[in-house]
Amino acid sequence: MSKTNMTRRGVLKTGAVASAGVALPTIFTASSAAAYTNEPTGPNVTLGFNVPQTGPYADEGADELRAYELAVEHLNGGGDGGMMNTFSSKALQGNGIMGKKVDFVTGDTQTKSDAARASAKSMIEKDGAVMITGGSSSGVAIAVQGLCQEAGVIFMAGLTHSNDTTGKDKKANGFRHFFNGYMSGAALAPVLKNLYGTDRNAYHLTADYTWGWTQEESIAAATEALGWNTVNKVRTPLAATDFSSYIAPVLNSGADVLVLNHYGGNMVNSLTNAVQFGLREKIVNGKQFEIVVPLYSRLMAKGAGENVKGIHGSTNWHWSLQDDASKAFVKSFGTKYGFPPSQAAHTVYCQTLLYADACERAGTHNPCGVAEALEGFEFDGLGNGKTLYRAEDHQCFKDVLVVRGKENPTSEFDLLEVVEVTPASQVTYAPDHPMFAGGALGTCNAG
Amino acid sequence: MDAIILQILNGLDKGSAYALIALGLTLIFGTLGVVNFAHGALFMIGAFCAVTLSKILNLSFETVDPTQTDFLGNPLKVKTPYVMEWFGAETGAAIIDWAVPLAILFSIPIMIGIGFIMERGLIKHFYKREHADQILVTFGLAIVLQEVVKYFFGANPIPTGAPDVFKGSFDFGVMLGFDPNAIIYPYWRLVYFAFSAIIIGGVFAFLQFTTFGMVVRAGMADRETVGLLGINIDKRFTIMFGIAAAVAGLAGVMYAPINSPNYHMGMDFLVLSFVVVVVGGMGSLPGAVLAGFLLGVLESFASMNEIKSLIPGIDQIIIYVVAIIILLTRPRGLMGRKGVMEE
Amino acid sequence: MLGLNKKDTSLLVIVAALVMFAPFILNPFPSDSGLAQFNAGYPDLMQRFVIFGIFAIGFNILFGLTGYLSFGHAAFLGVGSYSAVWMFKLLSMNVIPAIALAIVVSGLFAVLIGFVSLRRSGIYFSILTLAFAQMSFNLAYSVLTPITNGETGLQLTLNDPRILGESATADGSIPVTSLFGLEMRSTYEMVVGPWAFQFNAGYYLCGIIMLLAFYLSIRIFRSPFGMMLRAIKSNQTRLNYTGLNPRPYALAAFVISGMYAGLAGGLMASMDPLAGAERMQWTASGEVVLMTILGGTGTLIGPVLGAGFIKYFENIFSKINDTVLHNWFSFMPDGLEDFVVFLIHPFIGKGWHLTLGILFMLVVTFLPGGLVEGGQRISRMVKKKSDDDTNAKTTPAE
Repeated sequence: MSKTNMTRRGVLKTGAVASAGVALPTIFTASSAAAYTNEPTGPNVTLGFNVPQTGPYADEGADELRAYELAVEHLNGGGDGGMMNTFSSKALQGNGIMGKKVDFVTGDTQTKSDAARASAKSMIEKDGAVMITGGSSSGVAIAVQGLCQEAGVIFMAGLTHSNDTTGKDKKANGFRHFFNGYMSGAALAPVLKNLYGTDRNAYHLTADYTWGWTQEESIAAATEALGWNTVNKVRTPLAATDFSSYIAPVLNSGADVLVLNHYGGNMVNSLTNAVQFGLREKIVNGKQFEIVVPLYSRLMAKGAGENVKGIHGSTNWHWSLQDDASKAFVKSFGTKYGFPPSQAAHTVYCQTLLYADACERAGTHNPCGVAEALEGFEFDGLGNGKTLYRAEDHQCFKDVLVVRGKENPTSEFDLLEVVEVTPASQVTYAPDHPMFAGGALGTCNAG
Repeated sequence: MDAIILQILNGLDKGSAYALIALGLTLIFGTLGVVNFAHGALFMIGAFCAVTLSKILNLSFETVDPTQTDFLGNPLKVKTPYVMEWFGAETGAAIIDWAVPLAILFSIPIMIGIGFIMERGLIKHFYKREHADQILVTFGLAIVLQEVVKYFFGANPIPTGAPDVFKGSFDFGVMLGFDPNAIIYPYWRLVYFAFSAIIIGGVFAFLQFTTFGMVVRAGMADRETVGLLGINIDKRFTIMFGIAAAVAGLAGVMYAPINSPNYHMGMDFLVLSFVVVVVGGMGSLPGAVLAGFLLGVLESFASMNEIKSLIPGIDQIIIYVVAIIILLTRPRGLMGRKGVMEE
Repeated sequence: MLGLNKKDTSLLVIVAALVMFAPFILNPFPSDSGLAQFNAGYPDLMQRFVIFGIFAIGFNILFGLTGYLSFGHAAFLGVGSYSAVWMFKLLSMNVIPAIALAIVVSGLFAVLIGFVSLRRSGIYFSILTLAFAQMSFNLAYSVLTPITNGETGLQLTLNDPRILGESATADGSIPVTSLFGLEMRSTYEMVVGPWAFQFNAGYYLCGIIMLLAFYLSIRIFRSPFGMMLRAIKSNQTRLNYTGLNPRPYALAAFVISGMYAGLAGGLMASMDPLAGAERMQWTASGEVVLMTILGGTGTLIGPVLGAGFIKYFENIFSKINDTVLHNWFSFMPDGLEDFVVFLIHPFIGKGWHLTLGILFMLVVTFLPGGLVEGGQRISRMVKKKSDDDTNAKTTPAE
């Protein structure tokens, strides 16, 4: 950690003071002394990787960290370059960011807003991080995004699926590559229609917090547009571990589809319980009973074991994709760590590259310059096909994958198979869509 | 009606887990006077005994299958468990399939051993200390145990299935004269309920009908007098700690197929089981069991849609509401003894 | 001085000096050295030290004096934070009304919960407070989302009314918290050679409030009221027989300590205007219990030490990663370096919980009086040593 203050705004003062040999206090509020918060003046630039290292999402966080380290290696010219070779923008040279070597600090969000903000603050205040990224839940992403807006650094969101991140809680300094609840609904609906028809009765079990609600709203709207009837929407406590008492009423509710708006441990348990109760063997209204898990994560699907077989959901990216970019990423990640990357790893790798590329194109680390370079940026070659970083809400628009739990997996990683790639045009919505209304980006803050 | 019966079944099932954990906690409270915050961790270790055994049984050697490729495009290495090699494919598969029931045998010595080590190595030194110190040290231990498990098994839940014959569900309603398919209940949950009934019965019988149990009960009532009679109560208390650990561990082993075990499942149950113990009344074993089932059933009822629409959010807080009501109407919980942990 | 005896005055002066010079004391390592990782002298963590210090001081008034172990104290912290953030949303960004409202609301909340819970004692009391706190947490996370903003936490937005302030600043940002115009986030940076010391306005506000809170707690400890509370701890029955009803005293202690928690919550929101439901979870309540026991229950300074200890580990150890380790040990031969990193790896970064758990066990096993006892032992050892030295001089050789 030789960089810390040498790269910080204190460096000029340091020189002056050191030669004088006396203490010379310098005043600054967030806006006076430097051009922007944590302007890197030394030979290095520091990025802050803020991921859950303890708590239920620790494995996802660990996978994100691996991807970050890989991205830093590639940015600094090490390794095989991964997706830098397939990325449509060629601004990155493999010499760090604008010739400055990329350094990083890590922190633990604990999947709690408070801890995540504390960790991000220490990166900004102590380590001089010029960009914060990471996270594995929407609550944390929104909390840290707000902090970065205030502090004047860029936030590149990690895994966050709530509509609110780029909806009512969007911020000028925050950017999201991951997809969201609305997109899941829009991508799943046509597939569900083909598979299960238009005359279905859906029963929603929803984790009782903001992410769950936005996903429930999105999926219900998308399926109702197909002509499905929503029988019931039941909220389950986040802390619930045994879902039996929520699953049991489904049996005789007349529903023939169960939608599980759960993630992480909730999803593993609710799906396991639903299968235990024999829902998948049931015939209701003359139709086979079906279960849908709108947001899939391979790491979590592993926890549910063989219960995921044949169950449909959506995902941001999957390692079995056969485009050049995905193959390059899987190859460099798999060679380094011995197993394929998760969607969380993929999205944070992309975010790091996108940030670095935006700096190069803007010619500055100033968050306002970087934000301008990212806004409306169209790119390809990062594994999701042609993608647009929309200026109005800082959300990426790209293809969404509909996946299914594989019947005959060949390895412990081979749990999902891609059923359909829904094109970006089908999941695009207007920036003022009612599900995303109520917030404003505000203006970019450079500190 | 069928919905109510289903929720009673669910409640009894949840209650079994609560009751088993609370039973062990109360044994430790009652006999040793120690607040054991690591008891949830013992439950978790039990579940991981099942995971470990199934991993051991799945230990495999690799053969390269050139017809298939792995994610990097290299020839796929196919794993074959040694058990299948030694006992033949069918018997081997059956042994792996029965990993969880087998883990019962595997876990008893392990849990009793852990209990002994915990009591002799650590808890023993805290008998005379304040409850606050006991909380701190056992909480520290719980964190350590949990982190060790996380280090070896990761943070994600690990699926550990029940044997095939117990997968799927059973039409309970037909037996009671309902229409087919009205009340369907998973086999394994019924097994879990029966299993915990046996364990609870076993512990009570042991305390009621053996000399050892009699001495322990006497020790719970008045430790000093029993000591004065020349009975080595400490040794018996160590054994009781081992038994309490084993009860928590068995509850964990059998719970593994219901919900995939993860390293923090102990903490998830810890607070709840304390509430159960206190609602049941400090120092009362029947109280702990009764409270476990009562809270389990009430929690299940509260999550019925009819009740949720009446009082939104009731399923989130029912346990605490019940706890407050009971503690305010009955000063020492349902069946608590006077003077235990009241100061 | 200030109505304190000599010993207490010197304790207060020492604490005041520690608080005032914390930016120096907590930043002992030059910022370009590898050990800079252990520096804790940046505004956010210093603020957390003193805020959790206040929380623990308040908790100790209840637990240390009366022996009532509340397992739901985080609820008051949470309620305080929510009140403060609502004040920022509705009234103005000045921290004074926010902190005042936080104290008042949490005080009222404490009256309510205390009145019910204090009808029972011992573990029954603990479980009652736990039940109330968990109810608050669960409801704040779900049904009460309109008030608490649920999982995301209550945040400021550009559309807040802020009747005495402005909804948005001229450049379109959310205004920042301030004390009559002095921004809480403004920081002096003093650079001395390779050191950089940060003096943050918010930290000094929290620090001064903590000193006031600490002073008040000394006065309570030394007052007749404090004696009364100790009497409750040592023998409540005897107190009853003397014709005194202990409950009003216990309730007063409960409410005071709830208001301390509310103050801490209000300060947290003032430093960083966000209030999340997980501040009320049982783990948060458990944390303050651990802080108090770890530092030394019933001692004046113990809880503050315990709070600092736990927050230090949470924020510093969790940030050490393998790359940092490799930097530290890069002077070793390669194989040895990897081996050392491999040995330390489980205890840092994602393993910081493990280190904390082990330290809990070590401290409570070997220092029954908590960290304070550790300090006492060291000072006794030093004293004894100097005594030995003088003895050695005076005793002639034989």
